[in-house]
Amino acid sequence: MKPAPFAYRDPDTVDEVLALLAEHGDDAKLLAGGQSLGPMLNMRVVSPAVVVDLNRVKALAGRGGSASGGFVIGALVRQADLEDDPAFAAAQPLAAAALPFIAHRPIRNRGTVAGSLVHADPAAEWGGVVLALDARIEVRQAGGASPRTVAAEDFFTGILETAVEPDELLAEIRLPPWPEDARWGFREFARRRGDFALAGVACRFEVDGAGGGRSVRIGLFGVGDTAVRARRAEAVLEGETPGPEVFAAAAAAVQDEVEPLDDGHASAGYRRHLAGVLVEDALADAWARNGGDEGEAA
Amino acid sequence: MSDAVSELRDVEVTVNGTVRRERVEPRLTLADFLRHTLGLTGTHVGCEHGVCGCCTVRLDGAAVRSCILFAVQAHGRRIETVEGLADGESLHPLQEAFSDHGALQCGFCTPGFLMTAIEFLDRYPDPDEEAVRDALSGSLCRCTGYQSIVAAVLDAARRLRQGG
Ligand SMILES: Cc1cc2nc3c(=O)[nH]c(=O)nc-3n(C[C@H](O)[C@H](O)[C@H](O)COP(=O)(O)OP(=O)(O)OC[C@H]3O[C@@H](n4cnc5c(N)ncnc54)[C@H](O)[C@@H]3O)c2cc1C
Ligand code: FES
Ligand code: FES
Repeated sequence: MKPAPFAYRDPDTVDEVLALLAEHGDDAKLLAGGQSLGPMLNMRVVSPAVVVDLNRVKALAGRGGSASGGFVIGALVRQADLEDDPAFAAAQPLAAAALPFIAHRPIRNRGTVAGSLVHADPAAEWGGVVLALDARIEVRQAGGASPRTVAAEDFFTGILETAVEPDELLAEIRLPPWPEDARWGFREFARRRGDFALAGVACRFEVDGAGGGRSVRIGLFGVGDTAVRARRAEAVLEGETPGPEVFAAAAAAVQDEVEPLDDGHASAGYRRHLAGVLVEDALADAWARNGGDEGEAA
Repeated sequence: MSDAVSELRDVEVTVNGTVRRERVEPRLTLADFLRHTLGLTGTHVGCEHGVCGCCTVRLDGAAVRSCILFAVQAHGRRIETVEGLADGESLHPLQEAFSDHGALQCGFCTPGFLMTAIEFLDRYPDPDEEAVRDALSGSLCRCTGYQSIVAAVLDAARRLRQGG
Protein backbone atom coordinates (compact mmCIF):
# COMPACT_ATOMS: atom_id res chain seq x y z
CA MET A 1 0.00 0.00 0.00
CA LYS A 2 2.23 2.78 -1.24
CA PRO A 3 1.21 5.90 -3.13
CA ALA A 4 1.91 6.10 -6.84
CA PRO A 5 4.71 8.54 -7.67
CA PHE A 6 3.76 12.20 -7.66
CA ALA A 7 5.49 15.53 -7.96
CA TYR A 8 5.52 17.52 -4.75
CA ARG A 9 5.08 21.27 -4.49
CA ASP A 10 5.11 23.19 -1.24
CA PRO A 11 4.37 26.82 -2.04
CA ASP A 12 4.53 29.60 0.54
CA THR A 13 1.69 31.82 -0.67
CA VAL A 14 -1.95 31.55 -1.65
CA ASP A 15 -1.17 33.04 -5.06
CA GLU A 16 1.34 30.29 -5.75
CA VAL A 17 -1.22 27.68 -4.67
CA LEU A 18 -3.78 29.14 -7.05
CA ALA A 19 -1.24 29.30 -9.87
CA LEU A 20 -0.38 25.64 -9.36
CA LEU A 21 -4.08 24.75 -9.40
CA ALA A 22 -4.53 26.74 -12.61
CA GLU A 23 -1.57 24.97 -14.18
CA HIS A 24 -2.42 21.41 -13.15
CA GLY A 25 -6.20 21.47 -12.64
CA ASP A 26 -7.57 17.96 -12.18
CA ASP A 27 -4.06 16.49 -12.06
CA ALA A 28 -3.32 18.24 -8.78
CA LYS A 29 -4.49 17.52 -5.24
CA LEU A 30 -4.18 19.89 -2.33
CA LEU A 31 -2.68 18.36 0.80
CA ALA A 32 -3.78 19.85 4.12
CA GLY A 33 -3.67 17.53 7.16
CA GLY A 34 -3.42 14.47 4.95
CA GLN A 35 -5.66 12.51 7.30
CA SER A 36 -8.09 11.67 4.51
CA LEU A 37 -5.86 12.27 1.48
CA GLY A 38 -3.00 10.19 2.96
CA PRO A 39 -5.08 7.01 3.19
CA MET A 40 -6.51 7.64 -0.29
CA LEU A 41 -3.01 8.07 -1.74
CA ASN A 42 -1.72 4.98 0.06
CA MET A 43 -4.63 2.90 -1.23
CA ARG A 44 -4.29 4.53 -4.64
CA VAL A 45 -7.93 5.58 -4.59
CA VAL A 46 -6.44 8.75 -6.00
CA SER A 47 -3.13 9.14 -7.83
CA PRO A 48 -2.62 12.80 -8.65
CA ALA A 49 0.37 13.79 -10.78
CA VAL A 50 1.06 16.70 -8.45
CA VAL A 51 0.49 17.08 -4.73
CA VAL A 52 0.35 20.70 -3.62
CA ASP A 53 1.14 20.86 0.08
CA LEU A 54 -0.60 23.77 1.82
CA ASN A 55 1.33 23.35 5.06
CA ARG A 56 3.86 26.10 4.42
CA VAL A 57 1.28 28.75 3.51
CA LYS A 58 1.29 30.87 6.67
CA ALA A 59 -1.54 33.09 5.44
CA LEU A 60 -3.92 30.12 5.72
CA ALA A 61 -3.05 29.29 9.32
CA GLY A 62 -4.84 32.20 10.97
CA ARG A 63 -7.78 31.90 13.31
CA GLY A 64 -9.61 34.20 15.67
CA GLY A 65 -12.43 36.62 16.27
CA SER A 66 -13.49 38.78 13.34
CA ALA A 67 -14.46 42.45 13.43
CA SER A 68 -18.14 41.49 13.26
CA GLY A 69 -17.85 39.24 16.32
CA GLY A 70 -17.70 36.00 14.36
CA PHE A 71 -14.88 33.48 14.32
CA VAL A 72 -12.67 32.88 11.29
CA ILE A 73 -10.95 29.55 10.74
CA GLY A 74 -8.18 29.59 8.12
CA ALA A 75 -7.74 26.59 5.85
CA LEU A 76 -4.70 25.33 7.73
CA VAL A 77 -6.17 25.51 11.19
CA ARG A 78 -6.03 22.04 12.71
CA GLN A 79 -8.74 20.46 14.79
CA ALA A 80 -6.33 20.29 17.74
CA ASP A 81 -5.54 24.04 17.46
CA LEU A 82 -9.19 24.81 18.05
CA GLU A 83 -9.56 22.13 20.72
CA ASP A 84 -6.78 23.78 22.75
CA ASP A 85 -8.03 27.35 22.22
CA PRO A 86 -10.13 28.66 25.15
CA ALA A 87 -11.12 31.68 23.03
CA PHE A 88 -12.71 29.33 20.52
CA ALA A 89 -14.65 27.45 23.20
CA ALA A 90 -15.91 30.75 24.61
CA ALA A 91 -16.88 32.15 21.21
CA GLN A 92 -18.30 29.00 19.62
CA PRO A 93 -19.43 26.47 22.24
CA LEU A 94 -21.26 24.17 19.83
CA ALA A 95 -18.34 23.69 17.45
CA ALA A 96 -15.97 23.31 20.40
CA ALA A 97 -18.16 20.57 21.85
CA ALA A 98 -18.00 18.63 18.58
CA LEU A 99 -14.19 18.62 18.34
CA PRO A 100 -13.37 15.81 20.79
CA PHE A 101 -15.70 13.50 18.85
CA ILE A 102 -13.64 13.88 15.68
CA ALA A 103 -11.32 10.91 15.30
CA HIS A 104 -8.46 10.76 17.83
CA ARG A 105 -5.95 13.29 19.07
CA PRO A 106 -3.12 12.26 16.70
CA ILE A 107 -5.53 12.68 13.77
CA ARG A 108 -6.74 16.03 15.10
CA ASN A 109 -3.11 17.13 15.50
CA ARG A 110 -2.87 17.16 11.69
CA GLY A 111 -6.41 17.24 10.29
CA THR A 112 -7.88 20.61 9.37
CA VAL A 113 -11.45 21.89 9.45
CA ALA A 114 -11.20 22.88 5.79
CA GLY A 115 -9.93 19.44 4.79
CA SER A 116 -12.80 17.80 6.63
CA LEU A 117 -15.32 20.02 4.84
CA VAL A 118 -13.84 19.48 1.38
CA HIS A 119 -13.45 15.74 1.90
CA ALA A 120 -17.15 15.81 2.82
CA ASP A 121 -17.52 12.45 4.45
CA PRO A 122 -21.28 12.35 5.13
CA ALA A 123 -20.56 11.35 8.74
CA ALA A 124 -18.07 14.15 9.46
CA GLU A 125 -19.04 16.21 12.49
CA TRP A 126 -18.15 19.53 10.85
CA GLY A 127 -20.90 19.01 8.26
CA GLY A 128 -23.61 19.16 10.92
CA VAL A 129 -21.84 21.95 12.76
CA VAL A 130 -21.50 24.36 9.83
CA LEU A 131 -25.17 23.81 8.96
CA ALA A 132 -26.29 24.51 12.53
CA LEU A 133 -24.17 27.66 12.65
CA ASP A 134 -25.03 29.10 9.20
CA ALA A 135 -21.30 29.20 8.48
CA ARG A 136 -19.99 30.87 5.34
CA ILE A 137 -17.16 29.37 3.40
CA GLU A 138 -14.76 31.44 1.34
CA VAL A 139 -13.52 29.82 -1.83
CA ARG A 140 -10.77 31.17 -4.05
CA GLN A 141 -10.13 30.21 -7.61
CA ALA A 142 -7.23 30.36 -9.94
CA GLY A 143 -6.98 33.08 -12.52
CA GLY A 144 -7.53 36.15 -10.41
CA ALA A 145 -11.32 35.85 -10.09
CA SER A 146 -12.53 37.38 -6.85
CA PRO A 147 -13.20 35.02 -3.96
CA ARG A 148 -16.72 33.68 -3.65
CA THR A 149 -18.60 32.89 -0.49
CA VAL A 150 -20.68 29.75 -0.21
CA ALA A 151 -23.36 29.35 2.44
CA ALA A 152 -23.06 26.12 4.44
CA GLU A 153 -26.43 24.93 3.15
CA ASP A 154 -25.19 25.17 -0.46
CA PHE A 155 -21.80 23.63 0.29
CA PHE A 156 -22.44 19.87 0.24
CA THR A 157 -23.50 18.70 -3.19
CA GLY A 158 -23.21 14.91 -2.98
CA ILE A 159 -21.37 12.05 -1.37
CA LEU A 160 -17.78 13.32 -1.01
CA GLU A 161 -18.76 16.25 -3.28
CA THR A 162 -18.84 19.93 -2.45
CA ALA A 163 -19.18 23.32 -4.11
CA VAL A 164 -15.36 23.58 -4.17
CA GLU A 165 -14.15 22.78 -7.70
CA PRO A 166 -10.88 20.89 -8.33
CA ASP A 167 -9.07 24.11 -9.27
CA GLU A 168 -10.33 25.98 -6.19
CA LEU A 169 -9.05 26.52 -2.68
CA LEU A 170 -11.22 26.69 0.40
CA ALA A 171 -9.53 29.69 2.03
CA GLU A 172 -11.44 30.10 5.27
CA ILE A 173 -14.54 29.20 7.21
CA ARG A 174 -16.49 32.01 8.87
CA LEU A 175 -18.69 31.26 11.81
CA PRO A 176 -21.12 34.13 12.41
CA PRO A 177 -21.27 35.80 15.84
CA TRP A 178 -22.80 33.57 18.48
CA PRO A 179 -26.29 34.89 19.26
CA GLU A 180 -26.61 35.89 22.86
CA ASP A 181 -28.62 33.31 24.82
CA ALA A 182 -28.62 30.81 21.97
CA ARG A 183 -29.10 27.24 23.16
CA TRP A 184 -27.23 24.39 21.62
CA GLY A 185 -26.88 20.62 21.67
CA PHE A 186 -24.51 18.12 20.14
CA ARG A 187 -25.03 14.37 20.11
CA GLU A 188 -23.65 11.51 18.11
CA PHE A 189 -23.59 7.78 18.27
CA ALA A 190 -20.50 5.84 17.20
CA ARG A 191 -19.65 2.21 17.91
CA ARG A 192 -16.27 3.09 19.42
CA ARG A 193 -14.85 6.37 20.58
CA GLY A 194 -13.36 8.31 17.70
CA ASP A 195 -15.07 6.30 14.99
CA PHE A 196 -17.12 8.07 12.39
CA ALA A 197 -20.62 8.43 13.81
CA LEU A 198 -23.45 6.18 12.66
CA ALA A 199 -25.58 9.30 13.09
CA GLY A 200 -25.19 12.66 14.76
CA VAL A 201 -26.74 16.05 15.24
CA ALA A 202 -25.66 19.61 15.99
CA CYS A 203 -28.51 21.96 16.87
CA ARG A 204 -29.03 25.51 17.99
CA PHE A 205 -32.03 27.70 18.63
CA GLU A 206 -32.97 30.96 20.28
CA VAL A 207 -36.10 31.80 22.19
CA ASP A 208 -38.23 34.74 21.09
CA GLY A 209 -40.01 37.26 23.32
CA ALA A 210 -43.15 35.10 23.43
CA GLY A 211 -41.17 32.06 24.56
CA GLY A 212 -41.19 30.29 21.19
CA GLY A 213 -38.24 28.70 19.38
CA ARG A 214 -36.53 30.98 16.87
CA SER A 215 -33.76 30.57 14.27
CA VAL A 216 -33.91 26.83 14.80
CA ARG A 217 -31.11 24.96 13.07
CA ILE A 218 -30.71 21.20 13.15
CA GLY A 219 -27.68 19.89 11.26
CA LEU A 220 -27.54 16.13 10.79
CA PHE A 221 -24.56 14.02 9.78
CA GLY A 222 -24.19 10.34 9.00
CA VAL A 223 -27.75 9.94 7.79
CA GLY A 224 -27.50 10.42 4.04
CA ASP A 225 -25.25 11.30 1.13
CA THR A 226 -24.32 14.60 2.75
CA ALA A 227 -24.78 16.47 5.99
CA VAL A 228 -28.30 17.95 5.88
CA ARG A 229 -30.53 20.33 7.72
CA ALA A 230 -33.60 18.70 9.23
CA ARG A 231 -35.93 21.36 7.90
CA ARG A 232 -39.21 19.75 8.91
CA ALA A 233 -37.98 19.22 12.45
CA GLU A 234 -36.75 22.82 12.56
CA ALA A 235 -40.23 23.98 11.54
CA VAL A 236 -41.80 21.95 14.33
CA LEU A 237 -39.90 23.93 16.98
CA GLU A 238 -39.99 27.32 15.23
CA GLY A 239 -42.43 29.53 17.14
CA GLU A 240 -43.43 26.74 19.55
CA THR A 241 -42.64 26.68 23.25
CA PRO A 242 -39.70 24.31 23.73
CA GLY A 243 -40.35 21.26 25.86
CA PRO A 244 -40.45 17.46 25.80
CA GLU A 245 -43.55 17.21 23.62
CA VAL A 246 -42.21 19.53 20.96
CA PHE A 247 -38.85 17.77 21.02
CA ALA A 248 -40.58 14.40 20.52
CA ALA A 249 -42.55 15.86 17.62
CA ALA A 250 -39.32 17.19 16.11
CA ALA A 251 -37.79 13.73 16.47
CA ALA A 252 -40.73 12.17 14.64
CA ALA A 253 -40.36 14.76 11.88
CA VAL A 254 -36.67 13.91 11.54
CA GLN A 255 -37.40 10.21 11.22
CA ASP A 256 -39.84 11.10 8.50
CA GLU A 257 -37.54 13.32 6.50
CA VAL A 258 -34.11 11.66 6.58
CA GLU A 259 -32.95 9.31 3.86
CA PRO A 260 -30.15 7.32 5.51
CA LEU A 261 -27.92 4.86 3.72
CA ASP A 262 -27.74 1.14 4.31
CA ASP A 263 -24.17 0.00 4.68
CA GLY A 264 -21.98 -2.47 6.51
CA HIS A 265 -22.00 -0.32 9.63
CA ALA A 266 -25.75 0.10 10.12
CA SER A 267 -29.04 -0.33 8.32
CA ALA A 268 -30.97 2.67 7.05
CA GLY A 269 -33.77 1.85 9.49
CA TYR A 270 -31.43 1.88 12.47
CA ARG A 271 -29.90 5.16 11.37
CA ARG A 272 -33.38 6.65 10.95
CA HIS A 273 -34.25 5.56 14.48
CA LEU A 274 -30.98 6.95 15.84
CA ALA A 275 -31.47 10.29 14.11
CA GLY A 276 -34.76 10.81 15.92
CA VAL A 277 -33.41 9.78 19.32
CA LEU A 278 -30.34 11.98 18.94
CA VAL A 279 -32.34 15.02 17.83
CA GLU A 280 -34.71 14.66 20.75
CA ASP A 281 -31.80 14.36 23.18
CA ALA A 282 -29.81 17.21 21.62
CA LEU A 283 -32.79 19.57 21.75
CA ALA A 284 -33.41 18.62 25.38
CA ASP A 285 -29.71 19.21 26.14
CA ALA A 286 -29.94 22.61 24.48
CA TRP A 287 -32.97 23.54 26.51
CA ALA A 288 -31.49 22.31 29.79
CA ARG A 289 -28.08 23.82 29.14
CA ASN A 290 -29.26 27.39 29.42
CA GLY A 291 -31.49 26.70 32.38
CA GLY A 292 -34.50 25.48 30.37
CA ASP A 293 -37.70 27.22 31.35
CA GLU A 294 -36.43 28.19 34.77
CA GLY A 295 -36.87 31.84 33.75
CA GLU A 296 -40.63 31.34 33.66
CA ALA A 297 -40.74 29.22 36.78
CA ALA A 298 -38.89 31.80 38.86
CA MET B 1 2.39 13.13 -16.57
CA SER B 2 4.80 15.75 -15.49
CA ASP B 3 8.52 15.04 -15.79
CA ALA B 4 8.78 16.18 -12.19
CA VAL B 5 7.37 12.86 -11.02
CA SER B 6 10.62 11.20 -10.10
CA GLU B 7 12.21 14.37 -8.73
CA LEU B 8 14.01 13.62 -5.50
CA ARG B 9 13.96 16.08 -2.63
CA ASP B 10 16.48 16.76 0.09
CA VAL B 11 15.12 16.47 3.57
CA GLU B 12 16.82 17.43 6.77
CA VAL B 13 15.16 16.32 9.97
CA THR B 14 16.23 16.10 13.56
CA VAL B 15 15.40 12.59 14.71
CA ASN B 16 15.75 11.94 18.43
CA GLY B 17 18.17 14.84 18.64
CA THR B 18 20.35 13.87 15.67
CA VAL B 19 20.26 15.77 12.39
CA ARG B 20 19.72 13.46 9.41
CA ARG B 21 19.98 14.51 5.77
CA GLU B 22 18.62 12.30 3.03
CA ARG B 23 17.37 12.48 -0.53
CA VAL B 24 13.93 10.95 -0.96
CA GLU B 25 11.05 10.45 -3.32
CA PRO B 26 8.10 12.70 -2.39
CA ARG B 27 5.83 9.67 -2.07
CA LEU B 28 7.95 8.13 0.69
CA THR B 29 5.95 8.12 3.90
CA LEU B 30 7.61 9.28 7.10
CA ALA B 31 7.11 5.77 8.51
CA ASP B 32 9.02 4.18 5.63
CA PHE B 33 11.65 6.91 5.82
CA LEU B 34 12.26 6.17 9.49
CA ARG B 35 12.27 2.42 9.03
CA HIS B 36 13.95 1.90 5.68
CA THR B 37 16.01 5.00 5.04
CA LEU B 38 17.18 5.61 8.61
CA GLY B 39 16.93 2.03 9.88
CA LEU B 40 14.83 3.03 12.88
CA THR B 41 12.54 0.03 12.89
CA GLY B 42 11.03 0.74 16.29
CA THR B 43 8.22 2.62 14.56
CA HIS B 44 5.84 -0.08 13.36
CA VAL B 45 3.54 -0.08 10.37
CA GLY B 46 0.21 -1.84 10.65
CA CYS B 47 -2.63 -0.50 8.55
CA GLU B 48 -0.99 2.25 6.50
CA HIS B 49 -4.15 4.31 6.56
CA GLY B 50 -4.19 6.06 9.89
CA VAL B 51 -6.42 3.65 11.79
CA CYS B 52 -4.24 1.43 14.00
CA GLY B 53 -1.86 3.93 15.59
CA CYS B 54 1.23 1.64 15.45
CA CYS B 55 3.22 4.19 13.47
CA THR B 56 2.65 7.13 15.83
CA VAL B 57 5.67 9.40 16.34
CA ARG B 58 6.05 12.98 17.51
CA LEU B 59 6.47 15.80 15.03
CA ASP B 60 7.57 19.00 16.77
CA GLY B 61 6.07 17.48 19.88
CA ALA B 62 2.67 16.51 18.45
CA ALA B 63 1.73 12.84 18.17
CA VAL B 64 1.09 12.08 14.51
CA ARG B 65 0.58 9.08 12.25
CA SER B 66 3.80 8.63 10.29
CA CYS B 67 2.09 6.42 7.68
CA ILE B 68 0.02 9.31 6.36
CA LEU B 69 2.67 11.99 6.48
CA PHE B 70 5.36 12.24 3.84
CA ALA B 71 9.02 12.44 4.71
CA VAL B 72 9.32 15.61 2.62
CA GLN B 73 6.79 17.26 4.93
CA ALA B 74 9.08 16.71 7.90
CA HIS B 75 11.84 18.82 6.35
CA GLY B 76 13.21 21.23 8.94
CA ARG B 77 11.21 19.64 11.73
CA ARG B 78 11.90 17.62 14.87
CA ILE B 79 10.87 13.96 15.10
CA GLU B 80 10.84 11.74 18.13
CA THR B 81 10.44 8.00 17.85
CA VAL B 82 10.25 5.19 20.37
CA GLU B 83 14.02 4.76 20.08
CA GLY B 84 14.44 8.14 21.74
CA LEU B 85 12.50 7.30 24.91
CA ALA B 86 15.07 5.34 26.89
CA ASP B 87 18.16 7.04 28.24
CA GLY B 88 20.89 4.60 27.28
CA GLU B 89 20.19 1.41 29.22
CA SER B 90 17.63 2.98 31.52
CA LEU B 91 14.05 2.81 30.38
CA HIS B 92 11.74 5.80 30.39
CA PRO B 93 9.27 5.68 33.33
CA LEU B 94 6.47 5.02 30.85
CA GLN B 95 8.36 2.04 29.43
CA GLU B 96 9.06 0.78 32.93
CA ALA B 97 5.38 0.99 33.78
CA PHE B 98 4.51 -0.96 30.60
CA SER B 99 6.98 -3.63 31.60
CA ASP B 100 5.80 -3.80 35.22
CA HIS B 101 2.13 -4.05 34.24
CA GLY B 102 2.60 -6.52 31.40
CA ALA B 103 1.12 -3.94 29.06
CA LEU B 104 2.41 -5.75 26.02
CA GLN B 105 2.33 -9.25 24.64
CA CYS B 106 3.50 -9.38 21.03
CA GLY B 107 4.64 -5.75 21.30
CA PHE B 108 3.65 -4.78 17.78
CA CYS B 109 1.37 -1.98 18.95
CA THR B 110 3.61 -0.84 21.81
CA PRO B 111 5.67 1.90 20.09
CA GLY B 112 2.49 3.63 18.98
CA PHE B 113 0.92 3.38 22.42
CA LEU B 114 4.06 4.76 24.03
CA MET B 115 4.35 7.73 21.68
CA THR B 116 0.64 8.50 21.98
CA ALA B 117 0.66 8.19 25.76
CA ILE B 118 3.77 10.29 26.28
CA GLU B 119 2.29 13.21 24.37
CA PHE B 120 -0.95 12.83 26.30
CA LEU B 121 0.86 12.79 29.66
CA ASP B 122 2.73 15.95 28.68
CA ARG B 123 -0.63 17.68 28.30
CA TYR B 124 -2.45 15.92 31.14
CA PRO B 125 0.00 14.91 33.89
CA ASP B 126 -2.78 13.76 36.22
CA PRO B 127 -5.45 12.04 34.13
CA ASP B 128 -8.28 9.78 35.29
CA GLU B 129 -8.95 6.39 33.74
CA GLU B 130 -11.65 7.72 31.44
CA ALA B 131 -9.28 10.32 29.99
CA VAL B 132 -6.59 7.67 29.45
CA ARG B 133 -9.03 5.42 27.62
CA ASP B 134 -10.08 8.33 25.46
CA ALA B 135 -6.47 9.27 24.69
CA LEU B 136 -5.62 5.70 23.71
CA SER B 137 -8.79 5.10 21.71
CA GLY B 138 -6.97 5.65 18.44
CA SER B 139 -4.47 2.86 19.05
CA LEU B 140 -5.39 -0.76 18.45
CA CYS B 141 -3.99 -3.70 20.37
CA ARG B 142 -4.97 -7.23 19.42
CA CYS B 143 -3.36 -8.93 22.41
CA THR B 144 -3.79 -7.28 25.77
CA GLY B 145 -7.42 -6.27 26.01
CA TYR B 146 -6.18 -2.78 26.99
CA GLN B 147 -6.65 -3.21 30.78
CA SER B 148 -2.94 -3.49 31.46
CA ILE B 149 -2.11 -0.66 29.07
CA VAL B 150 -4.50 1.71 30.80
CA ALA B 151 -3.10 0.67 34.20
CA ALA B 152 0.46 1.24 32.97
CA VAL B 153 -0.30 4.73 31.66
CA LEU B 154 -2.00 5.69 34.93
CA ASP B 155 0.95 4.34 36.86
CA ALA B 156 3.42 6.12 34.58
CA ALA B 157 1.56 9.37 35.22
CA ARG B 158 2.14 8.86 38.95
CA ARG B 159 5.81 8.02 38.44
CA LEU B 160 6.36 11.04 36.21
CA ARG B 161 4.65 13.36 38.67
CA GLN B 162 6.99 12.05 41.32
CA GLY B 163 9.94 12.89 39.08
CA GLY B 164 10.38 9.47 37.41
C1 LIG C 1 -8.53 6.92 11.82
C2 LIG C 1 -9.29 8.13 11.35
C3 LIG C 1 -10.49 8.43 11.96
C4 LIG C 1 -11.21 9.55 11.56
N1 LIG C 1 -12.39 9.83 12.19
C5 LIG C 1 -13.06 10.96 11.85
C6 LIG C 1 -14.25 11.32 12.52
O1 LIG C 1 -14.70 10.66 13.47
N2 LIG C 1 -14.89 12.44 12.11
C7 LIG C 1 -14.41 13.22 11.08
O2 LIG C 1 -15.01 14.23 10.77
N3 LIG C 1 -13.28 12.90 10.45
C8 LIG C 1 -12.59 11.80 10.81
N4 LIG C 1 -11.45 11.49 10.14
C9 LIG C 1 -11.03 12.37 9.03
C10 LIG C 1 -10.19 13.52 9.52
O3 LIG C 1 -11.00 14.42 10.26
C11 LIG C 1 -9.52 14.27 8.38
O4 LIG C 1 -8.52 15.03 8.96
C12 LIG C 1 -10.36 15.21 7.58
O5 LIG C 1 -11.45 14.55 7.01
C13 LIG C 1 -9.56 15.80 6.42
O6 LIG C 1 -8.82 16.87 6.84
P1 LIG C 1 -7.30 17.01 6.39
O7 LIG C 1 -6.87 18.36 6.78
O8 LIG C 1 -6.55 15.87 6.90
O9 LIG C 1 -7.46 16.99 4.80
P2 LIG C 1 -6.62 16.22 3.69
O10 LIG C 1 -6.65 14.77 3.95
O11 LIG C 1 -5.30 16.86 3.51
O12 LIG C 1 -7.53 16.57 2.43
C14 LIG C 1 -8.82 16.01 2.26
C15 LIG C 1 -9.40 16.47 0.93
O13 LIG C 1 -9.69 17.86 0.95
C16 LIG C 1 -8.94 18.56 -0.02
N5 LIG C 1 -8.54 19.81 0.61
C17 LIG C 1 -7.92 19.94 1.82
N6 LIG C 1 -7.80 21.25 2.15
C18 LIG C 1 -8.36 21.95 1.13
C19 LIG C 1 -8.57 23.34 0.89
N7 LIG C 1 -8.20 24.27 1.77
N8 LIG C 1 -9.20 23.71 -0.26
C20 LIG C 1 -9.60 22.78 -1.15
N9 LIG C 1 -9.43 21.45 -0.98
C21 LIG C 1 -8.83 21.04 0.16
C22 LIG C 1 -7.79 17.65 -0.40
O14 LIG C 1 -7.34 17.89 -1.70
C23 LIG C 1 -8.43 16.29 -0.25
O15 LIG C 1 -9.19 15.98 -1.38
C24 LIG C 1 -10.72 10.38 10.51
C25 LIG C 1 -9.50 10.07 9.90
C26 LIG C 1 -8.79 8.96 10.29
C27 LIG C 1 -7.50 8.65 9.62
S1 FES D 1 0.23 2.15 10.27
FE1 FES D 1 -0.14 4.23 10.60
S2 FES D 1 -1.96 4.21 11.70
FE2 FES D 1 -1.75 2.13 11.17
S1 FES E 1 0.68 -6.34 22.34
FE1 FES E 1 0.18 -7.41 20.52
S2 FES E 1 -0.99 -5.96 19.43
FE2 FES E 1 -0.72 -5.00 21.33
